[in-house]
Amino acid sequence: MAAFESLTNRLQNVFGKLRGKGKVTEDDINEAMREVRLALLEADVNFKVVKDFIAKVKEKALGLEVSKSFTPGMVIIDIVNKEMTELMGGTQSKLAKANKPPTVLMMVGLQGAGKTTTTGKLARLLQKGNHKPLLIAGDIYRPAAIKQLQVLGEQIDAPVFTLGDQTSPVEIARAGLQHAKDNGNDYVIIDTAGRLHIDEALMEELKQIHQVTKPDEVLLVVDAMTGQDAVNVAQSFHEQLELTGVVLTKLDGDTRGGAALSVKAVTGKPIKFAAMGEKIDALEPFHPDRMASRILGMGDMLSLIEKAQANIDADKAAEMERKMRNAEFTFDDFLEQMAQVRNLGPIDQLMDMLPGMNKMKGMKDMKVDEKQIDRVEAIVRSMTKEEKQKPEILNHSRRRRVAAGSGTSVAEVNRLIKQFDDMRKMMKQFSSMMGKGSKGMKGLKGLMGKGKKFPF
Amino acid sequence: MEKVEELITRRKKIDEEFYEELEEILIGADVGVNTVMQLIEELRSEVKKRKIEDASDLQPVLSEKLIGLLKGESNPGLQMAKSGEITVILFVGVNGVGKTTTIGKLAHKFKSEGKSVLMAAGDTFRAGAIEQLEVWGQRVGVDVIKQSSGSDPAAVMFDAVQAAKQRGVDVLLCDTAGRLQNKSNLMEELNKIFRVIQRELPEAPHEVLLVLDATTGQNALSQAKLFGEKSGVTGLVLTKLDGTAKGGIVIAIRNELNLPVKLVGLGEKMTDLQEFDSEQFVHALFAGLIQRETEQAPQED
Repeated sequence: MAAFESLTNRLQNVFGKLRGKGKVTEDDINEAMREVRLALLEADVNFKVVKDFIAKVKEKALGLEVSKSFTPGMVIIDIVNKEMTELMGGTQSKLAKANKPPTVLMMVGLQGAGKTTTTGKLARLLQKGNHKPLLIAGDIYRPAAIKQLQVLGEQIDAPVFTLGDQTSPVEIARAGLQHAKDNGNDYVIIDTAGRLHIDEALMEELKQIHQVTKPDEVLLVVDAMTGQDAVNVAQSFHEQLELTGVVLTKLDGDTRGGAALSVKAVTGKPIKFAAMGEKIDALEPFHPDRMASRILGMGDMLSLIEKAQANIDADKAAEMERKMRNAEFTFDDFLEQMAQVRNLGPIDQLMDMLPGMNKMKGMKDMKVDEKQIDRVEAIVRSMTKEEKQKPEILNHSRRRRVAAGSGTSVAEVNRLIKQFDDMRKMMKQFSSMMGKGSKGMKGLKGLMGKGKKFPF
Repeated sequence: MEKVEELITRRKKIDEEFYEELEEILIGADVGVNTVMQLIEELRSEVKKRKIEDASDLQPVLSEKLIGLLKGESNPGLQMAKSGEITVILFVGVNGVGKTTTIGKLAHKFKSEGKSVLMAAGDTFRAGAIEQLEVWGQRVGVDVIKQSSGSDPAAVMFDAVQAAKQRGVDVLLCDTAGRLQNKSNLMEELNKIFRVIQRELPEAPHEVLLVLDATTGQNALSQAKLFGEKSGVTGLVLTKLDGTAKGGIVIAIRNELNLPVKLVGLGEKMTDLQEFDSEQFVHALFAGLIQRETEQAPQED
């Protein structure tokens, strides 16, 4: 899979021979565009969308003189990134609000895209904004779909309206809307059954629900893993129902999510939310800039930086970074570091956000789950002060004591010490990635923001 | 191959543009960039070797290649236990691909072949998942072994295997919760389920089927890889093929990981599950695309 590194590497290869010339010919651009094209196709952006996109980027690239401070590869990435961010919607958008409540939201999409789960999550989000959503169980076809919505409703204490699975969804929607009016719910979310966009009978049913409830939002729920077919699905739903927005689900997976670009390109409708996990709170506003980085394989650096800034003590981070650089890092620092990192959220999610992290040497063994971290902490806490400062004095008998003290085995202690050594090495690498002498995590932002430290 | 046919009749000569369009057709079916590049490369050398000049002579070569790739050597049918023993089939996959539905359909298929079937409700996580399997159980007349929502799925599997032994059923179908392959905890949980089944019945599971949604793009490759590592996937079920998606990624999966497609899902009815037919699949891979092609292709030549 082509990650950011490989796209940059490829572009580096393309432009390598030009170094110092500062002028780029049309041929060079063409060659670069081929690489960009491949990267986008590998990310599942529809090939027709890619074609249009490349044409646009090429036009811009041709018109540009490569300034001294930028290398050609950087300029191209910059254009691609900006163009993609713009195409996906510039800034994030909010939910519509009806002049006269209730505001009606209608969820549509293919089977298994995550409509019911998203319905629950949206309701939760509305509740947080002090709204009183009513959920309408309009999926009478899939076995236990109503039950699923009811369980979700229970979890968040939101009312669920159902007439069982023997009444037509159109009738259910009509009655549900009335129920909301009578009970003072200011939002109504209609869950509908998953259906194929080419299923005429079921699409007709959606149109009728649309007519009866006059929704303020028709949200297409799209699985972020969708491939080339995303354009057909989105186009078809849009033509028949006039979508107002899109929700992208399962973005917590490792998909590059090119479908986001495809769907936006064919419908022109904003992607309003991104679903990032199985928990009911895991619905976030969509950030086009981050999605662009992701499709290009740049990792979700921005999210990480945001989280880090909110949670990491800057002074401590600066000190830590100095230690890392100088390989003075001890087990004491390790504990402290771990506590800080844990404040950021689940470790595996953090790792996912860093580009190339999974490829980095030693990272595979580092694949830590939260329980594992507890054990690691126990091991470190069973060391004496001296041992923590100078891990090299940990001989066999000391290791045995540490193992007994932490309720682990000598093998585990050995593994940790080995990992710690690996990590020291890795952190040195990492810190140089963060920019020499920059101030802690802020170095990351400089790196991404101005693009001045791109590795080519 | 109709779309390819159309391409071939429109462009009689094999030139760069021809390859480019062929590439787009294949990529448009989600075959996957690497595999497409490889295929095109092979076609190029074949064209040189055989001195093919006419596009029409190329078509059988391509069909042959794709079908050959998909067919492979192994038996396309499901691996079953020796008669008199329990066949255990474990279903894995990401969220929303159609695991439970596939199990329901397969239960119906076995049942109508006169086999006794038991289902294990191993998705204890998603709201309503156990009920969903139970509804299928009622529909097809098969018992479901379950515990309450939120319980340990490995424990459900243990119970299910014991029950299957006691009742002496022919087939045990095990449902699991959908999980994204990059969630290491959930993947470990799956590994545990696999181990529990294996411990209780050393020959089992006889098949571990990764259920793939045909609309999925390149991520399916990552799914096949990681689910393969943690649960020893033996084959694929390609669902939702009744839509406009082609599911071409299974070619890449076959090519890179050598996993065969065993079953395809074609709708929501009990009977909408079929054995995989590689020739039919390759045919369909290009069929519906004709319209799109004529819509967009500028007829400049």
